[in-house]
Amino acid sequence: MTLLTVEHVDARHGLLHAVRDVSFELGEGETLALVGANGAGKTTLLRTIAGAHRPAAGRVLFEGRDVTRVPPHRRVAMGITLVPEGRRLFGELTVEENLLVARSSGRRGPWTVDAVLEAFPMLEPLRRRRARMLSGGEQQATAIGRALMTNPRVLLLDEVSLGLAPVAVDGVYRSLCSLIERGTTIVLVEQDLGRAMTVASRLVCMLEGRFVLEGDAAELTREQVTEAYFGLRRASRAGSPA
Amino acid sequence: MQSPNGTPVLAAIGVRKRFGALVVLHDVDFAVGAGEAVGIVGPNGAGKTTLLNVLAGAQQATAGAVRFRDADVTPAGAAHRCRLGIARAHQVPRPFGGMTVFENVFVAASTGGGRKGAQAYERCIASLDVCGLLAAGNRRAETLGLLDRKRLELARALATDPVVLLLDEIGAGLTDEEASELVATIRGLHARGIAIVWIEHIVHVLVQVVTRLVCMDAGRVIADGPPDDVMANAAVIDAYLGSAAA
Repeated sequence: MTLLTVEHVDARHGLLHAVRDVSFELGEGETLALVGANGAGKTTLLRTIAGAHRPAAGRVLFEGRDVTRVPPHRRVAMGITLVPEGRRLFGELTVEENLLVARSSGRRGPWTVDAVLEAFPMLEPLRRRRARMLSGGEQQATAIGRALMTNPRVLLLDEVSLGLAPVAVDGVYRSLCSLIERGTTIVLVEQDLGRAMTVASRLVCMLEGRFVLEGDAAELTREQVTEAYFGLRRASRAGSPA
Repeated sequence: MQSPNGTPVLAAIGVRKRFGALVVLHDVDFAVGAGEAVGIVGPNGAGKTTLLNVLAGAQQATAGAVRFRDADVTPAGAAHRCRLGIARAHQVPRPFGGMTVFENVFVAASTGGGRKGAQAYERCIASLDVCGLLAAGNRRAETLGLLDRKRLELARALATDPVVLLLDEIGAGLTDEEASELVATIRGLHARGIAIVWIEHIVHVLVQVVTRLVCMDAGRVIADGPPDDVMANAAVIDAYLGSAAA
């Protein structure tokens, strides 16, 4: 069943055209990975789906309903939740308080503080620690947990592993795998292609605001993604330096 | 460090840059030859813009030296280096609002390039012409679209009569057609003998101008050579996309 539909979305930052005529559908239980170089439009697309960035054109539909003009807090209540780049936790609140803050914004469902701590065992001994005292990996786990407290239908994860130590990334991805096994629908922005391909069912590569490669993650090769990521085929068409 | 193609005109020698506990550049060696066009690529946080800042004099290196032609310019600020012939164009053009395109370029020719009166005027006209902005000279700069703002950024840099032009992601946000037009303008500057150092994420645009590519990762140069070789380098692909073994 199609949960999320993005139709011909354009998004701008002033004169800069960040997302150009992007369309895709996301089925329930799918994990879509968005990869692409800096400035490709991944974060803007995610923020547009979440309602944090108003598109210049196009529509976002959730369960068939047009939500393009629905504000972000209402989208959270409907089941669209964003974990932003940089985590953006409330630093002076404890882990548990950060989780509880989100509870009132979202839907009713199976995710409670205890359920989150069970899914992210690393957070159990830290539940009374202030967020600003956590390591990067612990903060990322808390941010994902906070998003889960809204009982999302679609979880949008921006730059999951950015700035984290490899061991912390391992921990976050273990938890992500358990979410995916539970059937959570996820859109994941990830710089690390290897990581993205291990969890995603579908992969999209963005270049200069457009989808330039899309396919089943299991069927795409690293070479295909690399070529699309850098636009190398277009370079060979455009020709060499004078 | 790979030798530049031609006599080095601008070089970073063992440059280290530290921000508090964070070392952004680890003893980087880099040089661009006279009239050479070099691209710098690398993932977020690689240190590319910091290297450009150190070369331009916008930031001082914590250790190491910057040489321009035969002189040590390490202590010189950006304004002094601009007068020497090191010009820079930024990712986000910030023209002087409330001034015309011509006036913007005139500020560069006079303040940055040290020309006066008729000389500055002639220099402005020539710069606007090369950058395809002559017809827009009397427009207020803030009314320009993105491509023309980028052209204005190039015209301002050209008006200072540079030997080396440092470009920081100047292709960002352009359509394919606009990027092609910008490439043509930059090729025109390069054809006039100006050395180009260009940071750009849009590799397929970059390789239409440069003949040498440098890839940085985590404050270090990890590859340096012909663009095809660098983009096929496993360490470069791993730096962008993570290790294939992950």
